[in-house]
Amino acid sequence: MGVQTGKNLIEVEGLKKYFNVGKGKVLKAVDNLNFYIREGETLGMVGESGCGKSTAGRTILRLYEPTAGSVRFNGTDIYKLSPGKMKAMRRDMQMIFQDPYASLNPRFTVSDIIGEALDIHNMAGSKGERKKRIEELLDLVGLNTDHATRYPHEFSGGQRQRIGIARALAVNPKFIICDEPISALDVSIQAQVVNLLQELQERLGLTYLFIAHDLSMVKHISDRVAVMYLGKMVELATSEELYSNPVHPYTKSLLSAIPVPDPEVESQRKRILMTAEGGGPIRSADEQTEDTAMVEVSPGHWVATPY
Amino acid sequence: MANENKANKQPLPTLSAADFAPVDINQHESEVIKRESLTAWRDTWERLRSNKIAMGGLVVLVLIVIGAIIGPLIAQWVHGYNYKSNDLSATNQPPSSLHWFGTDDLGRDMFVRTWMGARISLIIGLAAALIDLLIGVIYGGIMGYFGGRVDTIMNKFSEILYAIPYLLVTILLLVVLKPSLGTIILALTITGWINMSWIVRGEIMKLKNREYVLASRSMGAGTGRLLFRHLLPNASGPIIVTLTLSVPNAIFAESFLSFLGLGVQAPISSLGSMVENALTGWMFFPWRMLFPALLISIIMLAFNLLGDGLRDALDPSLKNK
Repeated sequence: MGVQTGKNLIEVEGLKKYFNVGKGKVLKAVDNLNFYIREGETLGMVGESGCGKSTAGRTILRLYEPTAGSVRFNGTDIYKLSPGKMKAMRRDMQMIFQDPYASLNPRFTVSDIIGEALDIHNMAGSKGERKKRIEELLDLVGLNTDHATRYPHEFSGGQRQRIGIARALAVNPKFIICDEPISALDVSIQAQVVNLLQELQERLGLTYLFIAHDLSMVKHISDRVAVMYLGKMVELATSEELYSNPVHPYTKSLLSAIPVPDPEVESQRKRILMTAEGGGPIRSADEQTEDTAMVEVSPGHWVATPY
Repeated sequence: MANENKANKQPLPTLSAADFAPVDINQHESEVIKRESLTAWRDTWERLRSNKIAMGGLVVLVLIVIGAIIGPLIAQWVHGYNYKSNDLSATNQPPSSLHWFGTDDLGRDMFVRTWMGARISLIIGLAAALIDLLIGVIYGGIMGYFGGRVDTIMNKFSEILYAIPYLLVTILLLVVLKPSLGTIILALTITGWINMSWIVRGEIMKLKNREYVLASRSMGAGTGRLLFRHLLPNASGPIIVTLTLSVPNAIFAESFLSFLGLGVQAPISSLGSMVENALTGWMFFPWRMLFPALLISIIMLAFNLLGDGLRDALDPSLKNK
């Protein structure tokens, strides 16, 4: 957990992303998100598959245009930026993707993959400078610099994910969205990649939005954790507080699903099942869903009401 | 473990601590990749080279192209006649040392005319295929990349064009315009690009949501970079296969039109017009039909075999399906 200055780097306000699914129906993938991330902080975002975590991440980076709301980076609303200014802004915000097999262009060499951002932003003055920077980045993520001329299919999942991390770091970003960066990796490799991410955060002063569905890993890496359910945020608190004192029934249900590495405790563990209400995120286009309000139950611990 | 011990009845050799030496863990050495680095194109070439049938097709094609280039020159050099020179005292001659493929009803040498015909047919086939490629990639690329309403409208347009009988369009066009090399290529490409555009559209739609494309967008890449560096290179496999298979289609269509008398006009010959010409006396002078017909068949077959081989080489997962 990095050096925190207490300044808000990212402020997300009323963010909505609806997808048209035809026949007058919309999928409310992200519905009214409000949160901030302090500089140097890691905000974990958890929720079941399909709850809108990845869509939220991609909308925050403006890979999808939002339906409503704003995202302020250092006080600048990125949705109001012109294409030229947005391109410059992309140097500050980067993403690490989930599937290291799909996120690297199979026809690019490692140096093309990492160097692409340098080319787009004209960050390398000469060929030699570009090569030096790429080797620097490979070194930073613990890869052999001889591998720069190799193709992605020659690497293992963990190595590929390191290439993906090096690519994200190439433009010296301040904020990185990690979209389930470890869920496609072996457990032994997961720890290596998470440790690398934490080490990089400390060295480079990065701010993370860490999206995952592995609750234990999120607790380990995050300062605060947000729980998402059907496109909405239901609870937000420091990781200690959230895991020891969950308030929202969905959070309780989610936490009750974590296996305990102690057979005696594990045999006593009770799953709290939740019966879904409201019928899911696909609604008719003109139907108004009431915006849930977040209530602060204890300092820094916010819960969606009514619950 | 117990089972393994039972199966392996040899006694274990006695070992002492001195038999073991520590291995230095060398991060650098353990990560070295030994396999030679192959680009995607080298990989494809290696796979194609091991496919004997496809390589046979490729060799035959190369020989035919060489024949089409130097065949008429050889005859000119050895015997001193070209595709127009006729000898009315030697009409309908069977193959001989003077006329290797015989002569036609005007006493023109069939060897020269067959290779000239192959030249014309290949030019038409390649030109039509390349124009299909150009239009198809641009049109299909726009449909696939932008999607939505643009895609719907453009796709409807190509579907309507595809629904009009293509032979009718072609014949009408050739009746209105004066038949020439250019007109025939135009007639063949007026609907020929549609298939290519559909292939490109499907590929781009599949690829544009890949995470590496998103990654490039998140770095600020523009449309040009996405299309020409990421999408089209990764769609090149199906594009090349479609291109290879559209050449024989164009050659066949040209031969067919020439056979109907709508093709290139005399004194230029194409393989199709020579077959048509030979039809009048094929019972008595079969060589006049045999050589051009044989060459059309060989060209078609060679392109199709090569195309199939390329498909397997570019996408090995498709093989045996």
